[in-house]
Amino acid sequence: MYSDKVIDHFTNPRNVGVIVDADGVGEKVSSSCGDRMKVFLKVVDGVIEDLKFQTYGCGAAIASSSMMSELVIGKTLDEALALTNDAVAEALDGLPDPKLHCSNLAADALHDAIKNYQGEGA
Amino acid sequence: MKRIYMDNNATTAVRPAVLEAMLPFYQEQFGNPSSIHWAGQAVSGAVDTARAQVAALMNCQPEEIIFTSCGSEGNALAIKGSAEFLRAKGNHIITTAVEHPAVLDSCKYLEKQGFEVTVLAVDGEGMIDLAELEAAICERTVLISAMWGNNETGTLFPVAEIGAIARKHKVRFHTDAVQAVGRVPVDVRAAGVDLLTISGHKFGAPKGVGALYVRKGMGLTQLFHGGHQERNRRAGTHNVPGIVGLGVACELAVADLAVQEGRIRALRDRLEQGILSRIPEVQVNGHRQQRLPNTLNISFAYIEGEAILLFLDMKGVAASSGSACMSDSFGQSHVIGAMGVDAMMANSNIRFGLGLDNTEEDVDFVLEILPEIIQKLRDMSPFYSERAAS
Ligand SMILES: Cc1ncc(COP(=O)(O)O)c(C=O)c1O
Ligand code: FES
Repeated sequence: MYSDKVIDHFTNPRNVGVIVDADGVGEKVSSSCGDRMKVFLKVVDGVIEDLKFQTYGCGAAIASSSMMSELVIGKTLDEALALTNDAVAEALDGLPDPKLHCSNLAADALHDAIKNYQGEGA
Repeated sequence: MKRIYMDNNATTAVRPAVLEAMLPFYQEQFGNPSSIHWAGQAVSGAVDTARAQVAALMNCQPEEIIFTSCGSEGNALAIKGSAEFLRAKGNHIITTAVEHPAVLDSCKYLEKQGFEVTVLAVDGEGMIDLAELEAAICERTVLISAMWGNNETGTLFPVAEIGAIARKHKVRFHTDAVQAVGRVPVDVRAAGVDLLTISGHKFGAPKGVGALYVRKGMGLTQLFHGGHQERNRRAGTHNVPGIVGLGVACELAVADLAVQEGRIRALRDRLEQGILSRIPEVQVNGHRQQRLPNTLNISFAYIEGEAILLFLDMKGVAASSGSACMSDSFGQSHVIGAMGVDAMMANSNIRFGLGLDNTEEDVDFVLEILPEIIQKLRDMSPFYSERAAS
């Protein structure tokens, strides 16, 4: 039911972990299933230099988290803010319908972390 | 990669002797058993034989068996058929919070038709309270439907005690024995059951055939109208190959009860003890003693069930989380929920359903790979690192 990309990212998730002295920390709890994701950012000159995540969730949630991290590391904050759930799902070659909401977790937690960074940086 | 199937509560493989018995009934003996000519008569005997085999398994008369298409049909016929038939007598039904959706949704449907349904709660081990059951019975109560063995946790209800209460109050008693048949002894006389559902594919017969035991004298309103099959209680040309297979599976099940109680239970216990001793912060869901011998439902703190199943699947191990029907929805299991299991533990429950094909090597393989899978997922989980930090 999952694409090869989902299975790949689920089996070998990139950038799992925490950044102890993170510049921004964000979090999202899914309203539909209670699954939860946390994002840690390292930002240098408006660019996401490093990102780590922790995910409590299904296979699609873990794969979405991992894919999201690959999509935004090295990108500017503005580019990262423009990342949508659909873009994450698309980069994974799609998710089964009942699992589409799982990709929300990744983009929402990312945006929350960026807002956290910008709030503190201002 | 070796494939290990540990989802026998979802469905089972057709047993070789069952398939062999069925095959002649597709081409050589293809007749309609209701026909009077040679082709029909050649197979009507086979249907009679199967009926006797099914009856022998549950200790009833052959005339008390109605062949159906599946467990869901049996449950619907028992519940809707009884409710409608007994409508003039009363409009109250008692069931339990942990029944299969085929039972619960039939009751919900009847609620819309003006019936009143009492849904009994269960305790942390998935057990009902018999005093609560008895207290729920009123003058208008026409049916109690309580399952024999739970499909998610394996918890066994005290069917004989429920039967005694039902008799005492002259209320009809239906039990969904879809998971119990072939795994524990099922005797409708001893248990005082009026209606009992079985489904072939849970114990070595094919999908698409089942049976409903209807105690002599219990009237039912039909679901299917049309032909006169099954003494006018269930129209439709007999699924002869399936019925023949069901009969053989029932005969084999009687002979194999000792295997379930012995070898299968030992494998399940080895798996359970092995997990408990190797992995911290796990919880077995279901009744410790009163449980199907093949079923283990177990939760792992800090992680989510689907992720565990995916990793198991990649290693060739098929297990499931709660009921198979849930795999494409994200609702929590109503069974685990009714038991009051906390949300995180409820989200990670995995069901292993052992079967005749499983070996000790299969169990040991799962015990070898599972700790690593659990740790890998825990290492990803924010809840786990927060717990470690605190
Ligand atoms: C307890 C129970 N009742 C009823 C059913 C439904 O049986 P079937 O799939 O044959 O309709 C199942 C199987 O999913 C079950 O486990
Ligand atoms: S089911 Fe919760 S994130 Fe996928």
